Amino acid sequence: MILSVRDLKVSFRTDGGLVRAIDGVSFDLDESEILGVVGESGSGKTVSLLAVMGLITDPNATIEGSIRYKGRELVGLPARELRRLRGNEIAMIFQDPMTALTPVYTIGWQIAEQIRAHRGVSKSKAMERVEELLAEVNFPNPHEAMSRYPHQLSGGMRQRAVIAMALSCNPALLVADEPTTALDVTVQAGILDLVRKLRATHKSAVVFITHDMGVVSELADRVMVMYAGRVVERGSRTELFSDPRHPYTRALLGSIPPLTGEKPRRLPAIPGSPPSLLRLPQGCAFGPRCPVRFEPCEAAKPALGAGTHPAACFRVAQA
Amino acid sequence: MTDADRPILETRSLAKRFSIGTRFSAEGRRTVHAVDNVSLTVRRGETVGLVGESGCGKSTLARCLVRLYDISDGKLLFEGDDITSKSLSELRPLRRRLQMVFQDPSASLNPRRRAGDLVAEPLRIHTKLSSAEISKRVAELFDLVGLLPDHVVRFPHEFSGGQRQRVGIARAIALNPDLVVLDEPVSALDVSVQAQIVNLLADLQEKLQLTYIFIAHDLSVVRQVSTRIAVMYLGSIVEEGPAEEVFARPAHPYSQALISAVPVVETTPSGTRKRIILTGDVPSPLNPPSGCRFHPRCPIAVDRCRSERPELKEYRPGRRVACHFPTV
Repeated sequence: MILSVRDLKVSFRTDGGLVRAIDGVSFDLDESEILGVVGESGSGKTVSLLAVMGLITDPNATIEGSIRYKGRELVGLPARELRRLRGNEIAMIFQDPMTALTPVYTIGWQIAEQIRAHRGVSKSKAMERVEELLAEVNFPNPHEAMSRYPHQLSGGMRQRAVIAMALSCNPALLVADEPTTALDVTVQAGILDLVRKLRATHKSAVVFITHDMGVVSELADRVMVMYAGRVVERGSRTELFSDPRHPYTRALLGSIPPLTGEKPRRLPAIPGSPPSLLRLPQGCAFGPRCPVRFEPCEAAKPALGAGTHPAACFRVAQA
Repeated sequence: MTDADRPILETRSLAKRFSIGTRFSAEGRRTVHAVDNVSLTVRRGETVGLVGESGCGKSTLARCLVRLYDISDGKLLFEGDDITSKSLSELRPLRRRLQMVFQDPSASLNPRRRAGDLVAEPLRIHTKLSSAEISKRVAELFDLVGLLPDHVVRFPHEFSGGQRQRVGIARAIALNPDLVVLDEPVSALDVSVQAQIVNLLADLQEKLQLTYIFIAHDLSVVRQVSTRIAVMYLGSIVEEGPAEEVFARPAHPYSQALISAVPVVETTPSGTRKRIILTGDVPSPLNPPSGCRFHPRCPIAVDRCRSERPELKEYRPGRRVACHFPTV
């Protein structure tokens, strides 16, 4: 077990009151496993992973629960210790590669810096490794690319450079937050291919955050669907996509227009919009938009059951 | 020619060039060919989808079509009337018939004005309606796009993303336009809200007999709303045809790669779709490749493709492709 998160809760004090961004999220991750985390904006998918990385430094935030990385508790670990893990054993890829790269240094310099910070190697050794890494992420001319600045690269190439940087210390855990959202589909296909290949060669476990059901179904081994700070359904890719149980998962899958076959005249849309975390309903957060809600949904929040394919829904529990 | 067949908008070899740099910059003055030799016909009541990677010129083309950009070359005809070089005052009566909806409603709506006011603005400028009549029309429009009557006093930031886009749409249809150009209207929205807006656009099209030009990078959304699609690459159309046909049997190698790259939800454990992964990036429009502009990334390119640029030709009624070796 690489990562084990138990009952994680993250809240922020705001002018409008206490916002519980994450409300009791638990999940496990095995070696060389890809976990897909799907949800809309505000569902808490990014915040939960920032908590895992120890990147929530807002003084108004409180983090409760337990995050164990290889058996070691990360919640409450001093910043010094966390820094030793981050970039070395745990790496992260962000949505916008331009914000992850500094514009004033070359790609080669930036990747080498990370290697030298974590491994005490010489500059020339580090540079050799950079060239290898850039070749691995399919840069057509890795030696030349090392001397390029981020603005001289295309979006896809920048994201490849960030991936090369994330892989530089052979991380055991790679967290990717919407790494392909800003990219064109043709470029995205290449990046997804790369993540798959790297999982095989580096044996890294990957947490892949996205809002795109298609991407998850092509990449992930297991899937976790989030809504308003809670996990609403979890299961293996096959379980989740061939037998979606939570009404939200079903509705989300139904609202994607098909790419082949008959065009529906109207799309089965979900009414309303995701709730504000400041004004969450008493019961199930999806209740107000749910086509199959009944009395119990208004009184209490349904718990995510046990088993390999649980769904947090009273209807599912009843069936 | 019946009324339905008469083109509402037509471009003939339309081109848009931008010059960048000055004569003092390192490379001197250079020209970007953002849109190059586009001939497109849009008939009344249909939805033409424009697809392609970022930087392929689809948004530039959209802006040329409503004359937000001046056109560098070629012709733009609205109902057979040449509007390529009409002056702003001559264009004014046309503006009410040609409208546009933008991608990010929080950027295209003035944050300091109320939603009702924003929707009333085109009515105040283009019509002679009294303020009571304008309020009535605004209420009608709010109802039409699925907003509540008390939403008129809200400011843009008080709406959710989907509602904001509804305000943007109400503003665009306020003057009963004939043609609406939609530039990525659902891209900034959450997945669960996208379908609502897609449905709303379909309903409005039916009710108000609108013609749409729809731009999106999400191919499944484009397929859903479009009757015809045009695939663009590096400023030019490489393939055009009825939406469902092009998606089912793309003829141009670029369209094939583009469509195959879309990730789809598969319920079977192993995917059966064949994926074509393109190598390299979209070349710079500053320095486009010789011959067919797609040849450096094309899996089936031969010598002829490097020297001779294929023209967009009709190979079957309704289907056009710009390739020496199309899959037909």
